[in-house]
Amino acid sequence: MDEKVLSLKERIDKELEEISSLSELDNMRVSYLGKKGSITALLKGMKDLAADQKKAFGADVNKLKEFASQRIEEKTEELRRRQVEAEIASMPVFDVSAPAENCTGSYHPITLVQRQCEAIFRSMGFTVEDYSEVVTDYECFEAVNIPKDHPARDMQDTYYLENGQLLKSQTTAAQNAILRKYGPALKENGVPIKAVFPGRCFRNEATDACHENTFFQMEGVMVDKNISISNLIYFMETMLSEVFQKEIKVRLRPGFFPFVEPGFELDISCLFCGGEGCPSCKHSGWLELCPCGMIHPNVLREGGIDPDEYTGFAFGLGLTRLAMMKYGIKDIRDLNSGNLRSLSQFTDDN
Amino acid sequence: MLLSMNWISDFVDLEGLDKLELIHRFSLSTAEVENDIYMKGSDISGIVVAEIKSVEPHPESKKLHLLKVDAGDGSLTDVVCGAPNVRVGMKTAFAKVGAKIGEITIAPRKLAGYTSNGMCCGESEIGISDDNSGIMEITDDIPCGTDIKTVYDLDDIIFEVDNKSLTNRPDLWGHYGIAREFAALAGREFKPLDTADLTVYDALPKVDMKIEDTLCRRYSSIKVENISRTVSPVNIRIRLYYCGMRAINFLADLTNYLMLEMGQPMHAFDARKVEQIRIRRFDKPFTFRTLDGVDRNVDENTLMICSGDTPVAIAGIMGGLDSEIVDDTTTLTLESANFDAASIRKSTVRLSHRTDASIRYEKSLDPEMTVPAIARFLYLLQKNDPGAKVVSSLTDEYAAPFPPVTLSFDQAFVDRYTGIRIDRDTIVKTLTGLGFGVTTQDDRFTVDVPSWRITKDVTMNADIIEEITRIYGYDNFEINTARSPLYPVRPTEEKTDEEKMKDLLVKRFSLHEVHSYVWQYADEQKAIGIPVKENIRLLNASNPNIETIRCSMIPTQLCQVKTNVGFASEFGIFEAGRVVKGLDENNLCIERKMLAVTLYSKTSSIKELYFRLRDIVSGLSADIKHLEPEFRAAQPTECYEHPVNYNKIFLGGIEIGYMGIVHPTVSKAIDKKAGIVFAEIDINKFASAQTAPIQYEEPSKYPSIEYDLSMDIPAGVLFGNLRECWKDAEGKLLRRVGVVDTYDTEEIHRITVRLEFGSNERTLSSAEVQEVVDTIISGLAEKGVSIKTA
Repeated sequence: MDEKVLSLKERIDKELEEISSLSELDNMRVSYLGKKGSITALLKGMKDLAADQKKAFGADVNKLKEFASQRIEEKTEELRRRQVEAEIASMPVFDVSAPAENCTGSYHPITLVQRQCEAIFRSMGFTVEDYSEVVTDYECFEAVNIPKDHPARDMQDTYYLENGQLLKSQTTAAQNAILRKYGPALKENGVPIKAVFPGRCFRNEATDACHENTFFQMEGVMVDKNISISNLIYFMETMLSEVFQKEIKVRLRPGFFPFVEPGFELDISCLFCGGEGCPSCKHSGWLELCPCGMIHPNVLREGGIDPDEYTGFAFGLGLTRLAMMKYGIKDIRDLNSGNLRSLSQFTDDN
Repeated sequence: MLLSMNWISDFVDLEGLDKLELIHRFSLSTAEVENDIYMKGSDISGIVVAEIKSVEPHPESKKLHLLKVDAGDGSLTDVVCGAPNVRVGMKTAFAKVGAKIGEITIAPRKLAGYTSNGMCCGESEIGISDDNSGIMEITDDIPCGTDIKTVYDLDDIIFEVDNKSLTNRPDLWGHYGIAREFAALAGREFKPLDTADLTVYDALPKVDMKIEDTLCRRYSSIKVENISRTVSPVNIRIRLYYCGMRAINFLADLTNYLMLEMGQPMHAFDARKVEQIRIRRFDKPFTFRTLDGVDRNVDENTLMICSGDTPVAIAGIMGGLDSEIVDDTTTLTLESANFDAASIRKSTVRLSHRTDASIRYEKSLDPEMTVPAIARFLYLLQKNDPGAKVVSSLTDEYAAPFPPVTLSFDQAFVDRYTGIRIDRDTIVKTLTGLGFGVTTQDDRFTVDVPSWRITKDVTMNADIIEEITRIYGYDNFEINTARSPLYPVRPTEEKTDEEKMKDLLVKRFSLHEVHSYVWQYADEQKAIGIPVKENIRLLNASNPNIETIRCSMIPTQLCQVKTNVGFASEFGIFEAGRVVKGLDENNLCIERKMLAVTLYSKTSSIKELYFRLRDIVSGLSADIKHLEPEFRAAQPTECYEHPVNYNKIFLGGIEIGYMGIVHPTVSKAIDKKAGIVFAEIDINKFASAQTAPIQYEEPSKYPSIEYDLSMDIPAGVLFGNLRECWKDAEGKLLRRVGVVDTYDTEEIHRITVRLEFGSNERTLSSAEVQEVVDTIISGLAEKGVSIKTA
């Protein structure tokens, strides 16, 4: 092998030994293999050689070129590998168990329970309606068969406002408006009225762990040509089984509510003992849950619906009570306290 | 109301039936029975009638006596007794050795040196009254040794019905009406009441009596003299006691007994004190002393029973002290009347005095009941005091009978309402059992409603459905889903937007949802320096702290922030709730549904906090409406609002709310070291903003050109004001403007934006891009913005 080629080869080996960075390596590549590089220069110098020498020299230089390219390539790989290794070695170990910060907010428990109920009713084709909190005497009482002088008005301690309006004492206050809103579609196109209306209700009473002057209810109505007591039981049983995520049995007892006839108190099989009897159900196997009934003919009539042609059922679920039952909230006043020590615990639950 | 199974059994034979099961069925079919059922007398046995044959004082005790009693064993029994009323010849209730009273079994027992072989019992000890003054005195002629349970009704099942569940059933306020339900439920015969024949007195003079007021529907009266009995028979006393009343004297007890039996309140006047009965109201208020000795202020709306011009009773509520039956009363004028229910109810409210009588009257009692009640009273009176003599004819003025109610419906109506098939015979049997008159023709039923159900409770066909179904039993119903056509259900925009807001606030912005009251918290607000703002008030607030309805949720929320100081160094709360913004032209409340958000931080700067809130408002707008809100600086109106950085928020040109920083005074009252910012958005207005549709733009196949502009914005100029400089170019060559960096010092407010140019048709030339950039730059320069290009 040509002496120049040999010494160049040795130099390459030696230089490669000393190189420790990719940029140095790149410089080196240019100094040998670049347009003005040493190896390129050798090739250029071939034109001065005799023809018999040309062939052997050319082969030597090509080998050297191949050798240099390969060694630089290897060195590049090596340096890259070392760089990654160094990067890995420099990564500190994190304390993954360190407390997470501010990773979620919270919903009010009423929102959670209300959404669960709404979803169940939507899945059964009910519309969800919103209604105001300040209503007229007509909406809250007259329109739902509680005329002036009716003893049922004594049963409720209603908050009255200076202008004669009142804070609705029951979600039934929305019933007339909803019958009027959907009545035309029922009469003209046969679209059954299926609506739930959650809302806040107010009663003027002293508060303690079990009593609040502000609480949530969810009223539901279904009106069509042949809605029956049998249907009412079906819907209540189905819906409540969904709400409590278990098979629920319901029991109806006669109950007096002016806006329904017949009216019922609805009991559910005890959630805690399943009906065998326990302290929670006072050993009766049943929990009193909500009033319901067939919508009173006067209420339908007042809502513009002919009670001789249509029947319907209505019920009033206590959302506040449901939330307390579901989450084991013992003091009802926690719900309106705004106290995040209790409220921040309610993350999404749907 | 407490009910006695023995009493019910007077009117329906329940022999051989499980009484507890019947009570349970009653609870499911008629009215709610409380959980506790009392098995009276079940813990008492071995008590006999005994006669005291001798009484010796105890040599060492002043209180004790040594008795010999005849308990019917053929020999006398030695007993030591501490009761003060012992005397020779007296008969009493005697617990023999081996007798049981509650947990105690009677055994021979030494008392102060003498053995007592049994115990003489007081009435309270055997549970038939609360009299514990001495031992029971038995005046009935009963042989010694007779088990008292064979002569007195100690054994009974007492259950309690929730009064509220009887609100609509005036017929169920006495045992007789309750028994009718039991008869219907058990399918047994319902027996008529034993009554006296009143026609035999028709020839006697009438009671001087006159209804002078429409509030009295009916007044029936009769006069009786020569009454000698003063103490009621034991069995009557036991029933009254078991049903929660105390025995007073025979006549008073009998009126109470009648009320508990028939539900008809009665009043017995001492006939010496009452003549010329007049029923009327007075022109002016006056004071009246009722028989409980209380002076009551009676107003001109209250119906009174008078003797001539002198009031003697508050109609339907309570008699007067002066005309009350006393121990030497031998002649009585009996009142059995019916009054307007609403008037009685209102009077009790005005007098703040509810009585057993008024509770019944306010339910609309059946006026047909007054005369049978007198006939029943006389029957019981004469049975227990045979010398009593009726001295007037029945005097009855029936001013306002209820019109009869006849209902008519067909089988299809019942089928439609129930959703199941209840056959004709069952319907007829059920209604007949409850006292309805039923005739049928083919599928049609014609039903005469009995008088005791027409006063309020059964007036239309739907009421009949309840009668049929409750006796049929809801547990026996076949359960079916409804067969109704299906239609899509569309939620309202407000509702959808509200739910989306909540999700974003909780999940993206980590806020906490709270609830609060609809009124202003006067005390709590005062503590942080926010006075109550004038707004509509409650007429009947239980305390002035909650009197005024709120017109903004922010003060409430600031009170709640104060509650939570210490919960975390940084937190945010929100509520979707209602406020009232005054009255409209029809004097109705302008109620708005608002979203209030408050952020609190001890660690972030007020600027960071403020922009976090700004980003929340922008985030809600962008996510839900695909719109960018516009902020316009405004002057705050409330004392808790910081005058600087108060902005009104606009969305799609609609003013939807405001945001700002809490005024330092209020902020410091909440927490000296924290910053607090707030925003309130009208949810309905937010929802009314038109959601921008998604306009898809194909990514260009041609390269885009990016151009960064670093703008040094002079004081007083807002970034929002600069947009007009590139507004014209947008949608043409300029495809997007994005903020790359912001740099702020005391002197410099620098925002770097990246302008992205591109076209779907071709590669743009740098010359045409530069032309647009130059236009933008010169526009910016006019606003005093100096540019550093990159």
